[in-house]
Amino acid sequence: MTATSPGSTVAVDFAPDEYLRYSRHLILPEIGLDGQRALRRARVLLVGAGGLGSPAALYLAAAGVGTLGLVDFDAVDVSNLQRQILHGTRDIGRLKIDSARDRLADINPGVHVESFPVRLTAANAREIATGFDLILDGTDTFATRYLVNDLCVLLGAPNVYGSIFRFDGQASVFAAADGPCYRCLYPAPPPAGLVPACAEGGVLGVLPGLVGTIQATEAIKLITGAGTPLVGRLLLVDALHWRVRTVRVQRDPACPACGTRAIRDLTDAEQLCAVPVPDELDAAFGAVPDIEPVALAERLRSGHPIDLIDVREPHEWEIARIEGAHLIPLASLESRFHELSPDRDIVVHCKVGGRSAQAARRLRAAGFRHVWNLAGGIQRWSREVDPGVPEY
Amino acid sequence: MRINLPSVLTPLAGGHHTLDATGDTVGQAIDDIARRFPALSPRLRDSHGAPYPFVTIYLNDEDIRFLGGFETPVRPSDELSVVPAVAGG
Repeated sequence: MTATSPGSTVAVDFAPDEYLRYSRHLILPEIGLDGQRALRRARVLLVGAGGLGSPAALYLAAAGVGTLGLVDFDAVDVSNLQRQILHGTRDIGRLKIDSARDRLADINPGVHVESFPVRLTAANAREIATGFDLILDGTDTFATRYLVNDLCVLLGAPNVYGSIFRFDGQASVFAAADGPCYRCLYPAPPPAGLVPACAEGGVLGVLPGLVGTIQATEAIKLITGAGTPLVGRLLLVDALHWRVRTVRVQRDPACPACGTRAIRDLTDAEQLCAVPVPDELDAAFGAVPDIEPVALAERLRSGHPIDLIDVREPHEWEIARIEGAHLIPLASLESRFHELSPDRDIVVHCKVGGRSAQAARRLRAAGFRHVWNLAGGIQRWSREVDPGVPEY
Repeated sequence: MRINLPSVLTPLAGGHHTLDATGDTVGQAIDDIARRFPALSPRLRDSHGAPYPFVTIYLNDEDIRFLGGFETPVRPSDELSVVPAVAGG
């Protein structure tokens, strides 16, 4: 809406209530009327409406960013609510973007929300992201992080990056003009299984609040031109001991994304991350076999002698355990090999199967020949065999 | 010198989030803590002793890949920080 103030020749472009809504911005010289106009013109794409996307979307909507694009294929689960503050208990089972749209409309009805209820892939990323000024990475896999980065480099749109695990957070701005990109910092992702996901390793609920808010801050700074964005710097947050610092991120001339520009097309990063490190043991003996939860239950019921080893941590054992299992946390596995017999069948399990796959490999390397990994860990055991074992 | 570890690695380092290490190069300092905490070793470098592309090691505020990698000389007053890639969101 455009109007002219009585007695003034200065064109104004906000409704009267918007001057009040944004008054605390308007009186900041670093933002002011020009900055607020820039925010209203801005189009920001948030990939992921989860832990990081929640606070980022809330603050960007409140700040008056004109268009927010939201990409998320997932539905709200009760286990999200400890940290994903866009969503509430009444939203369980709804698509996150539907829940987000309602919440954001309540915070600021002047914000236009564009919803993309899909998984971001190499095939759809360009079409979704074209026309957005910057992209905020609130994803939760290495595959999508490399995809978002390469997308940003190819489109020339800054990648407002944040990432979290347990008590540690990282934030930066990648792919800005003359700045480094995510591949300059981490040229390749870890092999599947080496780094646990938050679902297995845990995350402090407040941590995405801290880091997502930093991402929103950076987005607002980039849009308004205020201050010095985190280009060429990585902000590291250790919430457990309150160590907060920035380190330098250099642009790598050999980077295939922003250096040599060898990456000209988006590729299915899912495949990139799904390729495990060559495992000499796998080559020699074949991959560690899985055992399905129902099959294990039948074997145990039939009296088949099996050593069932739980490689989770003691605090997880306190939450839930499979009857008859023996706790040997992964970190102490080697020092407790003597408790196991190489001649007996051994089934290892953890929460969802990642840590136990490592344990199975290490047992085999130590000469234990009859080792299986419980597929889906105690989570699938709870769902498919014994609902009395709490799922967490 | 002091080596800073992220909280994800502290359980593998006896619960310490900082460790004192000795050595004339980054690689020697990493060797020192890997020897004292064997479970930490595979999280810092690969089975051939080479740095991972998904674990950045900083000497003070500089990425060692742009210095001399594990051969980069260090002084006792320096500080190393291990910064692994994390993907949670």
